[in-house]
Amino acid sequence: MEGALSILSKEKQQDGPLLRVEGLSKFYGGRIGCADVSFDLWPGEVLGIVGESGSGKSTLLSCLAGHLSPDRGEVIYAGRDTVTMPEPERRMLGRTDWAFVHQNPRDGLRMGVSAGGNVGERLMAVGARNYGAIRETASDWLGRVEISPGRIDDRPRQFSGGMQQRLQIARNLVTGPKLVFMDEPTGGLDVSVQARLLDLLRGLVRDMGLAVIIVTHDLAVARLLAHRLMVMKDGRVIEAGLTDQVLDDPQAAYTQLLVSSVLQV
Amino acid sequence: MTDQAYNFAYLDEQTKRMIRRAILKGIAVPGYQVPFASREMPMPYGWGTGGVQVTAACLTPEDVLKVIDQGADDTTNAVSIRAFFARTAGVATTEATAQASVIQTRHRIPEAPLTEGQILVYQVPIPEPLRFLEPRESETRRMHALEDYGLMHVKLYEDIARHGEIATAYAYPVKVEGRYVMDPSPIPKFDNPKLGGMAAIQLFGAGREQRIYALPPYTRVVSLDFEDHPFVASKADHACDLCGSEVSYLDEVITDDRGSRMFCCSDTDYCAGRRDAGHRGRLSPEEVA
Ligand SMILES: Nc1ncnc2c1ncn2[C@@H]1O[C@H](COP(=O)(O)OP(=O)(O)OP(=O)(O)O)[C@@H](O)[C@H]1O
Ligand SMILES: [Mg+2]
Repeated sequence: MEGALSILSKEKQQDGPLLRVEGLSKFYGGRIGCADVSFDLWPGEVLGIVGESGSGKSTLLSCLAGHLSPDRGEVIYAGRDTVTMPEPERRMLGRTDWAFVHQNPRDGLRMGVSAGGNVGERLMAVGARNYGAIRETASDWLGRVEISPGRIDDRPRQFSGGMQQRLQIARNLVTGPKLVFMDEPTGGLDVSVQARLLDLLRGLVRDMGLAVIIVTHDLAVARLLAHRLMVMKDGRVIEAGLTDQVLDDPQAAYTQLLVSSVLQV
Repeated sequence: MTDQAYNFAYLDEQTKRMIRRAILKGIAVPGYQVPFASREMPMPYGWGTGGVQVTAACLTPEDVLKVIDQGADDTTNAVSIRAFFARTAGVATTEATAQASVIQTRHRIPEAPLTEGQILVYQVPIPEPLRFLEPRESETRRMHALEDYGLMHVKLYEDIARHGEIATAYAYPVKVEGRYVMDPSPIPKFDNPKLGGMAAIQLFGAGREQRIYALPPYTRVVSLDFEDHPFVASKADHACDLCGSEVSYLDEVITDDRGSRMFCCSDTDYCAGRRDAGHRGRLSPEEVA
């Protein structure tokens, strides 16, 4: 029985969604963080989460990525429930299959460690023990995020905001994750810097076939990157669908306001 | 002659029992840092109060105690701690490594191989090998618990990137029994190979940081490194100028105000033993034979 079940779930894992979320809720005392969120995410798919400030986007993302433990619901990744799995396994996922790009590069980088060390950390965490090979991979990844490999020994402090964000992306993608969580990755950047970062992200997502869940205030960012959108209000998903559909023909009154930019920050 | 104002070895019996429990736990889980309620000792922290408390908890009236600081029995620190236990525990003391049953040390492992039945107690200033990379205690604890040690190699990576080689010369991190990463206290990395497979019990005490950890006899201890930058237990490329030893760890000593230097064994007992046995170094007086 057990065996038959595990074979079934293996098959599901291959043809089913990469991530299946069921009834996910998180409360801060009496206040709702996010409530009753359900969705599927397929390999290679980019899901945008939009909504005004305080609508629960970051809470949801943290629950999905295992940084916060939800009060209710399931998060099934490749057939395994990441809410109930032991912490070591979840951490292992966090440094192999998953990646997390923070809004503030300071939260996602080690500011006292060189660019090469930052990129190499995930490799070393999963057992890479050849200095030359680690360095070569790091230098290759710096190139891929348009940082001159000549800066490999510089600290992130010596980088501009845009470079720091690109370094954070390289550090996250170096182990070839399948699923990337991003919380306002273009948040603190100038418009021109944002545009370049978005182009870069779009290219990487396509080339690596990444599934992405991206939280953003910015509907232009959502339009450019996301295949599908979820609109959140007061912790709940009030509208979901293909990006163009949601943005061009919003159903919920709240989404209509959001799109007409009345609610945009 | 025991000073009757104190309990045997200064600490009260209950405190010693508490410390022994921490030691036993440390021995049961090699390399794991066991918290303990460190006591005030009548000496400053820099003097190795962690090691002193561990020694106090281990001593019996029959023990023979040796205390070394940087390999030497005759420095202020070593002399004071030896005197402290001679007075509060009335135990015999020695400078001969082979005759000691308990050896408290700061910054060295004796050159002479230790044997079963001996206990080597290290004074540890900072027990957490991840501290300089991750200042949050809650996070380093979780990293140990989950064996999340990528960061340790980041430190070595940074060393090589900056200096062309692993420049860490003291407190070189090790992995114990394939499980815990441990700081071996500030011994030179030359001593690292002696940590593994040692016949004696090794106990580590950090007073200020309130941690005890241990290596039971014959524990597997591996110095962290990279395949293409392997660990090397290096020492000054000289022979001892007093006893001629080419294999012992050497101190460099300035001998006059014109910058003349000499190299001599940091392990004073080892060096004296060799000289007594007739070995001679570059600066040994010719006429004495
Ligand atoms: N640590 C916390 N403790 C208590 N309440 C919290 C905490 N974090 C978030 N909340 C509350 O949960 C709700 C959702 O917050 P969340 O940070 O998820 O929103 P958000 O959509 O990411 O907002 P923003 O766009 O401003 O980042 C808000 O009401 C917020 O005040
Ligand atoms: Mg947020």
